[in-house]
Amino acid sequence: MSKIASARWSKALFLPLLGISFVVGAWALTSSTWAPALPSPLQTWQVSKPYILEPFEKRGELDQGILRFTWYSLIRVAKGYSLAILIGTPLGLLLGVSKWFTSSFDPIIQILRPVSPLAWLPLGLVIFQKPEPAGIFTIAMCSMWPTVLNTALGVRSIPQDYLNVARVLQLSRRKTLFRVLLPAALPYMFTGFRLSLGIAWLVIVAAEMLTGAPGVGGFLWQEYNALIYEHIILCIITIGVVGFALDRVMGLIERRFKTG
Amino acid sequence: MKAFVELRSVSKGFDSASGRVNVLEDVNLEVAEGEFVAIVGYSGSGKTTLMSLLAGLIEPDSGSVEVAGKPVLGPGPDRGVVFQNYSLLPWLTVFENIHLAVDQVFARETPAAKRARTERYVELVNLTAARDRKPSQLSGGMRQRVAVARALAMDPAVLLLDEPLGALDALTRGSLQTEIERIWQADRKTVVMITNDVDEAVLLADRIIPLSAGPRATLGPAISVAIERPRDRKALNHHPDFKHVRSRVIEYLLGSSAKRRESRGQAPLSVAPASVQPDALEEGT
Repeated sequence: MSKIASARWSKALFLPLLGISFVVGAWALTSSTWAPALPSPLQTWQVSKPYILEPFEKRGELDQGILRFTWYSLIRVAKGYSLAILIGTPLGLLLGVSKWFTSSFDPIIQILRPVSPLAWLPLGLVIFQKPEPAGIFTIAMCSMWPTVLNTALGVRSIPQDYLNVARVLQLSRRKTLFRVLLPAALPYMFTGFRLSLGIAWLVIVAAEMLTGAPGVGGFLWQEYNALIYEHIILCIITIGVVGFALDRVMGLIERRFKTG
Repeated sequence: MKAFVELRSVSKGFDSASGRVNVLEDVNLEVAEGEFVAIVGYSGSGKTTLMSLLAGLIEPDSGSVEVAGKPVLGPGPDRGVVFQNYSLLPWLTVFENIHLAVDQVFARETPAAKRARTERYVELVNLTAARDRKPSQLSGGMRQRVAVARALAMDPAVLLLDEPLGALDALTRGSLQTEIERIWQADRKTVVMITNDVDEAVLLADRIIPLSAGPRATLGPAISVAIERPRDRKALNHHPDFKHVRSRVIEYLLGSSAKRRESRGQAPLSVAPASVQPDALEEGT
């Protein structure tokens, strides 16, 4: 193997593996020394095995394969995230084009933006009286803001030249929106969509924990109450891997829509 | 001569930290139908402001702008603009960029007629081979040709060229100048071109009007270019009229710059007029 090829291999495979082994080592050390309640990596694997090796098995309402739980969570996230995009994109466009609208609504957005999902959920329960819509409401409320702010930024950053073209051609408002504003703002919007998806997935655990809905987050909380701590770690790893995969997929889509 | 494009005592200013500064002051301009007029001036002297006024993208503080006897109240497709930085929409192909204009201006034509019309202008600027490429895949000269085709495709009463070749290298610039002259010869549109290149103005224009150094820039006396067309770039260099016109334009521009410097308490530049491009000077101001 040539020097360059081996350098590439070490970068792509060896170094990440080194990092992972370091963390697993620290975990093993922690569980064997000062935190004996923390399951060791081996223990975690053994207890989690049925959930990983039969990922779609359904043994009971709260005893299902890990991918089945993941699927429930993904569906829930998809609903909340779609709602966030459907509301967030037009809101961002309005913020981008209208100074009046920005002055009116930017302060309240800045106030709502840092509110934690743990705070939204009880409110959702009060409004909807049912856990499922409350969870979706929470996901939407938390994940909407990057889409709103990035869409607004995208519209504001459109070069004056493009708008001049629209003015010289006397494009209608509709045509200006679809032929000039949206395509020009699209790269920014996709950055917003990607960040929003990250937050939506982040919120799922909180939403499911508090509502007890079946899913990765609900499973995590139930297994904590059932004292099966190995499954908490299984859930954490699953959430991390799925979140990473979602971000990668969005990154690929984002790159496709880059205009330049 | 009936003026087709007319500016009457137009002034335009912008707010700055030290109060309002007039970029253009008391600008008067008359362009006859079918005439090619070049306005030559320093960068930063308000050339683009003048162009935006003609295009209707901004309104004058005082004075009036008229095209074809009607006051200019806003931008419109009767004035085709070729912007300094091309302003092509990067997510549309060559064909689509031009088609966007055709679709808008000839809204009543059938889709097939609109496509044919677009195709014709792609061909006019020799871009048929590149018709499905995006602007990012084109060279600067090709992008410029798309911008010209888009402006021409609107079939405007006046073509406004804002330093159309400013961003190009000298060789591409030369071949595009020839191309612009060919296209202009073919349909004799009224053209107002803004440039900082005196040679380019002499090569293309019927009349050259210098714009004095800003702020408070104004148009100087027009200088007619009575050199027969088509003009040959190589022969032009030895044409007695060429040297004459060129040095008159440069003398006016240097004179206006010297006045500016004196009024600011700076020493006038002592350079031989004909050897200096106005642009090179601007670096030092």
